[in-house]
Amino acid sequence: MPDLSIDFCGIKSPNPFWLASAPPANSAYQIQKAFEQGWGGAVWKTIGAPVLNVCNRYGTIDYKGSKIIGLNNVELISDRPIDLNLREMAEVKRNFPHHAVIASIMVESKKEAWQEIIKRTEETGIDGFELNFGCPHGMSERGMGSAMGQVPEYTAMVTEWVMAVATKPVIVKLTPNVTDIVLPARAALKGGASALSLINTINSVMGVDLDTFELQPNVGGKGGHGGYAGPAVKPIALHLLSAVAADPEILKSRLPISGMGGVETWRDAVEFMLLGATSVQVCTAVMHWGFRIVEDMIEGMSNWMEEKGFETCDDFIGKSLPRVSNFGDFDLGFQSVAAINHDKCIQCNLCYIACNDAAHQCIDLKELKITNEAKERLWPVVREEDCVGCDLCSRVCPVDDCITMVEIDTGRPHITWNQLVASKPEVLEWDKMEEYRKTANIHIH
Amino acid sequence: MAEHYKPNKYKAWELTLEERFQEVYPPFSEREAVLEANRCLYCHDAPCMVACPTDIDIPTFIRKIATGNTKGSARTILESNLMGATCSRVCPVDVLCEGDCVLTADHKPIAIGRLQRYATDYANDKGIRFFKAGEPNGKRVAVVGAGPAGLSCAGELAKAGFAVTVYEKKKWSGGLSTYGIVVFREPVEVSLAEVKMIEELGVKFTNDTEIGKDLSFEQLVKDYDAVFLGIGLGNVPEMEVPGEHLTGVLDGLEFVEETKTESLDSIKHGNRICVIGAGNTAIDCATIARRLGAERVTMIYRRSEAEMPAYHFEYEFALKEGVSFMFLTQPIEILSNDQGAVDGLKCIRMDLGKPDASGRRSPVPVPDSEFVVPCDMVIKAIGQNKPSGILAMLAPFGVEQVKGYLKVNDENRTAHEKIFAGGDCVRSHGEASTVMAVQDGKIAAASIAKQLVGTSRPLAEAVSKK
Repeated sequence: MPDLSIDFCGIKSPNPFWLASAPPANSAYQIQKAFEQGWGGAVWKTIGAPVLNVCNRYGTIDYKGSKIIGLNNVELISDRPIDLNLREMAEVKRNFPHHAVIASIMVESKKEAWQEIIKRTEETGIDGFELNFGCPHGMSERGMGSAMGQVPEYTAMVTEWVMAVATKPVIVKLTPNVTDIVLPARAALKGGASALSLINTINSVMGVDLDTFELQPNVGGKGGHGGYAGPAVKPIALHLLSAVAADPEILKSRLPISGMGGVETWRDAVEFMLLGATSVQVCTAVMHWGFRIVEDMIEGMSNWMEEKGFETCDDFIGKSLPRVSNFGDFDLGFQSVAAINHDKCIQCNLCYIACNDAAHQCIDLKELKITNEAKERLWPVVREEDCVGCDLCSRVCPVDDCITMVEIDTGRPHITWNQLVASKPEVLEWDKMEEYRKTANIHIH
Repeated sequence: MAEHYKPNKYKAWELTLEERFQEVYPPFSEREAVLEANRCLYCHDAPCMVACPTDIDIPTFIRKIATGNTKGSARTILESNLMGATCSRVCPVDVLCEGDCVLTADHKPIAIGRLQRYATDYANDKGIRFFKAGEPNGKRVAVVGAGPAGLSCAGELAKAGFAVTVYEKKKWSGGLSTYGIVVFREPVEVSLAEVKMIEELGVKFTNDTEIGKDLSFEQLVKDYDAVFLGIGLGNVPEMEVPGEHLTGVLDGLEFVEETKTESLDSIKHGNRICVIGAGNTAIDCATIARRLGAERVTMIYRRSEAEMPAYHFEYEFALKEGVSFMFLTQPIEILSNDQGAVDGLKCIRMDLGKPDASGRRSPVPVPDSEFVVPCDMVIKAIGQNKPSGILAMLAPFGVEQVKGYLKVNDENRTAHEKIFAGGDCVRSHGEASTVMAVQDGKIAAASIAKQLVGTSRPLAEAVSKK
């Protein structure tokens, strides 16, 4: 049995699965129930400035019969009295000394306010802090949350205030609602943060009702932007995670990262960890199905680790990071073409229409006489010499492993764009580009 | 294929008579329909569409259900097939659209029939009408027979501006959809709603009028610019066995008709019933008898299971309904008691011999194997008489016949330039079905339009894909 336990900048956790700072981590009742069911840690729903909440708080995207592929919310930080939260933190830590309990904090941009709440919270015995610099709604309009996270200088400054008094590890949680997330990440590093977490929710308007013209979520007839989360945001989260984790400064600092944004299954968790996350945080999936999903997360990850021969999480955390690259460093000589397995093909011909209407017109419908049927339907056949290797056909194919992209050797030079324009700056002109294409054997369609 | 349908939980003994005659498959809820529609791959040049005799653009109507454009979905269906609501219930989807669904091999096909029913019922329930009568072109067409072929032809012609009168010998229009499809497959209201839709296109209906009796065929040909014959077939033929005319021996089609037109509790039925034949109507009779409350229902068929003409899903349905089957059994006499009532069916066992003209192995009697099946009612369902009467009436007009059916060409024309025909009465080969009849009506309408007013664009489009 592989060892799933992690050490996250000194915060010990029996596994990498944490509840994110959100409604499922609102109270001792919820967090203790989650720990009993297997969650390794929890980041308490943010405490700090006093707030008043509204109804309705959620909007969702359903897709083709699947509920909640995306969830947005306009709920604020904890609206329970701060003393109650602190009392309950102490209770949870007492009952679950080996689980990770992290307090998420957000107060107004005043040094005293931050330092006071950090000191008070430390007394509960919690394992660490997460600074909420990401909440994009409600709090940001009051100068908190993402209003701090979007300005690297503020991020560095508040982190410094906190680090001056904190004796426990401090995680800075980053907002995705910025142009380049590496800048606030570096600012947190500069402020002395012990770790990073990302992403917070993404600014969003979920939809408009075609009958009432109301926005979703609808708060008494009005609506506005809220924080978007859930499976639909995972690709964005993975991108931002990889951008931060592969940044040379962050890499050098060895700051651990807690990854989140659409983690729903152990598979998602593994992907986040392969891109450098040490722990993962989950909210939407728990809001959809409850704490019980963690059992499969633990088992699925263990089985996968066993199959791959990994004994600890450290064996695979960051394993895909060396592959994170930029377009300019991709191999222009790499060529693949689509290969259709006609034994598996069910002749939906979606590949044909996708290629024909939306790609490069290199799949034909042809008579193949594969079956003995009198009225045999036409089969999709790739014209290999014209296939640009875009991969759209295999993406639309509904049958597993029916269309595969096969690497072929064209004899082209293996060169990247950056190498090319360094050695032949003239190819930046169209006519020189044509010349180069000819000599390098690169066809266009 | 039909297994993926979710029939109502059916426990006959827990249900009232009325409940037992509700549609076997409940309608899709909106969520069920959308989920099922979203399973559709939206194939390019989809095989389901190719398999549909009326060329319904199936992937498009399914996609419209998925997007919440149910009204548009119904339009897509009805543009190709005015009898879309009937077809969604009676089409042998296993051997047509659903049979060719690309998902059939690995998963289960899309429930195309039920989706079509969902969309057409939606439009009908909301009273949505998609078509109106075309600009009058001054041409008059008579349609004989208000079944699916006649209604389809009349509707398409009315859309194109023809003045159409339908002559129907029965009280109600709709043909077999109204009278011959068992009520738990298609309620009468569905068929009558389609009639109403055609009527609202300005088509005149003259019911209780039989051509050759109430009105001469000569008159019709004289009075109209064209005549379309969609007269269907006749009653169940004679078995030519002693006792055939006893009380308690019923014509299967009349038996089905009773359940569509009479109140269910007024229908007299036996307790031990023999149904003769193994086609779809025979199955209907047997399953109706069970649902009416008959204790034992036995289907008697002279060939074996492999040769039975009923669709396989109908056979399975009958088995589920508790109908028993006696294959390789030929009825030779219907026996009666002292009061002259049926009390048994004398049969002889058969063996399969050499293949006959139909390619099926022909049954040969086993000597000295006679036996009696006790019963108090016999229902004959051994097919329908060919339209021999009308053929005689048409002969003077030069209308030819094939194997007892009206002869038409690809354009559903007879040899007489003013006479067109379609539906079961021309189905000399292949299987008679509602959907084929609807297509015949469409093709004939296009041919009539071509002849009388030159090419009529919408009609030409309707049949161009064939």
